[in-house]
Amino acid sequence: MTRAGFVVANLFRRKTRTILTVLSVIMAFLLFGLLQSLSHLFNAGADFVGATRLVTQARVSFTQPLPLSMVPKLEAVPGVARVAYSQWFGGVWQTNTQVFTFAIDPLRYHDVYPEFVMPEEQWKAFADTRTAMIAGKLVADEYGWHVGQRIPLSSNIYPQKNNSKSWAFDLVGIYDGKDENWRKQANAVFINHDYFDEANLFGKGRTNFFILKLANGADAEAISKTIDAMFENSTDETKTQTERDFNLGFIKQIGDIGLMVRWILFAVFFTLLLVVGNTMAQSVRERVPELAVMKTLGFTDSGVLALVLAESLVLCLGGGLAGLALATMLGATVEKATGGQFQLRVDAFVWSVGLATILLMSLAVGLLPALRARRLRIVDALAGRL
Amino acid sequence: MSDSMVQVRDVTKVYERGKQKIEVLHRLTLDIGKGEFVALMGPSGSGKTTLLNLIGGLDQPSAGQVTVGGCPLDQLSGSRLAHWRARNIGFVFQFYNLMPVLSAEGNVELPLLLTHLSAAQRRSNVAAALQVVGLADRAKHKPRELSGGQEQRVAIARALVSDPQLLVCDEPTGDLDRQTADDILGLLQVLNRDHGKTIVMVTHDPKAADFAGRRLHLEKGQLMEQAA
Repeated sequence: MTRAGFVVANLFRRKTRTILTVLSVIMAFLLFGLLQSLSHLFNAGADFVGATRLVTQARVSFTQPLPLSMVPKLEAVPGVARVAYSQWFGGVWQTNTQVFTFAIDPLRYHDVYPEFVMPEEQWKAFADTRTAMIAGKLVADEYGWHVGQRIPLSSNIYPQKNNSKSWAFDLVGIYDGKDENWRKQANAVFINHDYFDEANLFGKGRTNFFILKLANGADAEAISKTIDAMFENSTDETKTQTERDFNLGFIKQIGDIGLMVRWILFAVFFTLLLVVGNTMAQSVRERVPELAVMKTLGFTDSGVLALVLAESLVLCLGGGLAGLALATMLGATVEKATGGQFQLRVDAFVWSVGLATILLMSLAVGLLPALRARRLRIVDALAGRL
Repeated sequence: MSDSMVQVRDVTKVYERGKQKIEVLHRLTLDIGKGEFVALMGPSGSGKTTLLNLIGGLDQPSAGQVTVGGCPLDQLSGSRLAHWRARNIGFVFQFYNLMPVLSAEGNVELPLLLTHLSAAQRRSNVAAALQVVGLADRAKHKPRELSGGQEQRVAIARALVSDPQLLVCDEPTGDLDRQTADDILGLLQVLNRDHGKTIVMVTHDPKAADFAGRRLHLEKGQLMEQAA
């Protein structure tokens, strides 16, 4: 037997209580790991390294459309190889099945997104047919669509010139992704921007955002700054960012993610302090005579305090490390499942903050019971006066 | 009488319970020689356990001095007193006070965690202690799997394992039936006679006191008589 073994043995004197407490610690640190990564993801500075595409939207919000007349100006920026554009259509199929639908220029989009693969004749049909649409394989498979069908879609936002929100399109192609990651993103529907622009009741000649394909070796950050500087102080100020940051921007619309995460974690850990603190306090209360006997055997007051603190540390460390490990695995699974779009990495920073939190928590829940153990008088404890 | 193991000189012990002061021992003086087996007897509240606690270094007198094995205990306090207890005293309690989460050998090994012995040496000492008390075959059993008499044997083994000079026993047979009590007392006699342990035992049972070499009677905190 060792002191460590004695500590662990004492922790499991009430197996059910200990297991439930450890599970609550695991859950708390699982949440901590995932939410901290989420917060880190949203609050990290822009990372342009390795970016081969940029997205330019209105500085105020991507819901504010930008004029198509920007296209030649964007293409003239050194380092920009090709420009495509995309307008949110807000498609609804049948009664209320939401379908991600965008209005695009087919050929430009084909050039900017070589990762989406489709037979060339289908791309041509898409470009040549004004009422054409193409669908991602995931969508087509889900709804049983096939090429040649006429698909009725209504729009949440855009009525036709006859005020009807009901549109219909000819499905001329089904695209897929070039690899597993991109296949997971074959989940949108695209219609012809020219047709949409002419047929819709609202605005003409505008689009939600531009997608810029960069030349090899282009400096993405510098291009981003150049473009935004170009339109600064104009009626259409821009914000140019990586695709990743653009996608995150959708979620940031919910609110201040960092603040929400902090409040959730505060609530979680406050509750955890009460639960684990109660477990430790109960554990020491039940063992007053045993602690007195340990002192009679020669364990010093500080030695007994250290043993109780060690129990607290083992409890929190066991649950905390398991929780962080689970969060790491889950984060990697999410990243893989979203094709790398959502990088929920429980990195070294999150681990070190997690470990520091474990240590602080073990001290917070263990200190008072440990001090009680330290202070108990042998004679009074053995006589049952405590 | 052989050399003194325990010297109690003019010891008074007063407890404070709120505003009340209770004098439990009054100017008590006694000597216990090395290798003696002494029974401390007296009615409830006479101060037997208090005296035992002072001799065992669990408490300090309000006045007077207690010297054990040549060491004046009033000069030790806190961690030094704890270290002294670990090396010099073995305790046996009425209700065994074993750790329920440890096996018999784990309980016996507990005091050895305070030493610098290696794991192998600790195991060897534990095995020897359990052999002495006749429980080598129950080493892996937890206290709940042992009878009362067996638990008390484990407690005695725990008290012996550090090879202390003095065994301090507080009503060691108080919770046992007659036969088991006699077995335990017989074991204490063997430890005293064959292993040279000095034993101070508190008991209210005259039959238990028969196993000792000397009886000391306390009444209202004072030593009334000594009988061989």
